Amino acid sequence: MILDTNRKQNDSFAPTESENRDIPDDIWSKCGRCGEILLNKDLIKNHKVCQCGFHHRLTAPERIQMTLDNGSFREKDAGLLPVNPFDLADYAGKLVDARNKSGLNEVVVYGEGTIDKWPVVVVVMDTNFMMASMGTVAGEKITRAIELAATTGKSLIIFTASGGARMQEGILSLMQMAKTVEALGRLSNAGQLYITVITDPTTGGVSASFAALGDIILAEPDAMIGFTGPRVIEQTIRQKLPEGFQRAEFFKQHGFIDKIVPRPLMKETLAKILALHLQGVR
Amino acid sequence: MAVTLEFERPIQELEDKINELRRFSREKGIDLSNEIAILEKRVGEVMRSVYSNLDTWQHVLIARHPERPNTDDYIKYIFDDFVELHGDRCFGDDPAVMGGIGRFHGRAVTIIGQLKGKDTNENLARNFGMAHPEGYRKAVRLMQQAEKFKRPVICFIDTPGAYPGIGAEERGQFEAIANSMLVMSALKVPIITVVIGEGFSGGALGIGVGDRILMQEHSIYSVITPEGYASILWKDSSRAREAAEAIRIIARDIQELGVADKIIPEPLGGAHKDQEAAAEMLDEVLAETLDELVGIKLEDLLSQRYEKFRSIGNIE
Repeated sequence: MILDTNRKQNDSFAPTESENRDIPDDIWSKCGRCGEILLNKDLIKNHKVCQCGFHHRLTAPERIQMTLDNGSFREKDAGLLPVNPFDLADYAGKLVDARNKSGLNEVVVYGEGTIDKWPVVVVVMDTNFMMASMGTVAGEKITRAIELAATTGKSLIIFTASGGARMQEGILSLMQMAKTVEALGRLSNAGQLYITVITDPTTGGVSASFAALGDIILAEPDAMIGFTGPRVIEQTIRQKLPEGFQRAEFFKQHGFIDKIVPRPLMKETLAKILALHLQGVR
Repeated sequence: MAVTLEFERPIQELEDKINELRRFSREKGIDLSNEIAILEKRVGEVMRSVYSNLDTWQHVLIARHPERPNTDDYIKYIFDDFVELHGDRCFGDDPAVMGGIGRFHGRAVTIIGQLKGKDTNENLARNFGMAHPEGYRKAVRLMQQAEKFKRPVICFIDTPGAYPGIGAEERGQFEAIANSMLVMSALKVPIITVVIGEGFSGGALGIGVGDRILMQEHSIYSVITPEGYASILWKDSSRAREAAEAIRIIARDIQELGVADKIIPEPLGGAHKDQEAAAEMLDEVLAETLDELVGIKLEDLLSQRYEKFRSIGNIE
């Protein structure tokens, strides 16, 4: 894997709970669902999936490592920095924090690589950067990735995750939805394959734009998906939402997801789908 | 019952006084035309000074004024022979989205608009202009029909957002919005979208992809309502006014940011002060915009539409 920025080595995927304060989080983690204490090196070996089945969120570098052929990834536009179009002081502060927390310049990491030797353009969104909200730079990078797939004739895979459009960039964030969708329309008309992999959580303006438009839509187990977040719905309708509402299994049942794929099987599933589309390309 | 906004009050008071003098003059047969003329002049001055210095929040209040003309009003004023068409052919008919066909300056067009009510009952019936997936799917059906019959499409945006509810999510609100934008991005007829009140979130943009984005002078457009912004980012929805100022949501700003193509003037005081005049001003700009678009070769139209959105937030 080649990442062309000064990335901080990711050393923590500890869940947000503060209970595990006395556990050094570079060695141990606590499962976000069953509470089991897990050795990080074992967890990584198991794709950060706990024995109970809980899929811990991945950083972008971890996702790339687990999905693409070793050493095949060439990142593009890693140097693009976030913009603050309305010069908001609190937003500027958040961007600095996000950068420190994630080791990334922005939410989206994209580039070219191979999966089981099939050439792909891959996009990964990292929730450690402001809950992977989509501002102008994220929208621009995703659009460039789509255009790169179009010009190179490669298949496109986007691992979606996002709290939604980035509010601090106002109308400019909103318009990234239209921008990415338009570019996908062109890619589709060119007869090229686009696979969406929905990961936890994919909501708001990201769910309602490129995430919804894959030729094939895969999801990780239990991933939260939806346009409006559960808290806002509960506040609006003043009732508690049913168990499992807006999870990947729920949307599969309602007809919006093709297949739920546990993470350890993701790479081989993607390879199988690519092979069915690309026979003869490799 | 007329609704008077806080900053409209001095104007309203002067207008009330003028009406009172008129009545008095009529009843008592006393000539008060001089006094009335002085007050009328004063009203004009106050209005010009108030409305040339509106702050962001005052724009928000005008954009959301309960008497502001809605999609239904503009359809009545501007289009002839309107035939409303219902349903998404899939699940139901969304009352928050009105659609149909009509004639505009002699040309058949398809009209789609989000529709808010004017009072509580109407608003409850229309979900405050917040669409369900079937609203976006109805819009898509009507747009594809427009394409088949080579009719231009005119969309009116007026919504605080898509409806946040269980049914809306179950039936794939996210997919409905995404697909509507996808269809609009490549529809082979001209599309004009007009923000006539408030346009917020993907709920607004779901019918907002087109060749031209027009905004009425006092309309507002952004990624989320100021209340939503303040409550999510600051955990305090009472700071909505501050949020509105921070993220620049008024028509003039949206044009400056390269999103809105044209601003449609409104009568002094806002569209609710004189609905018919507002409709005429809208009609005029729509007509000239449509004339321009039908003259563009389809291939160029589509590539210009692509470039329009492609260039928003372009990073070098």
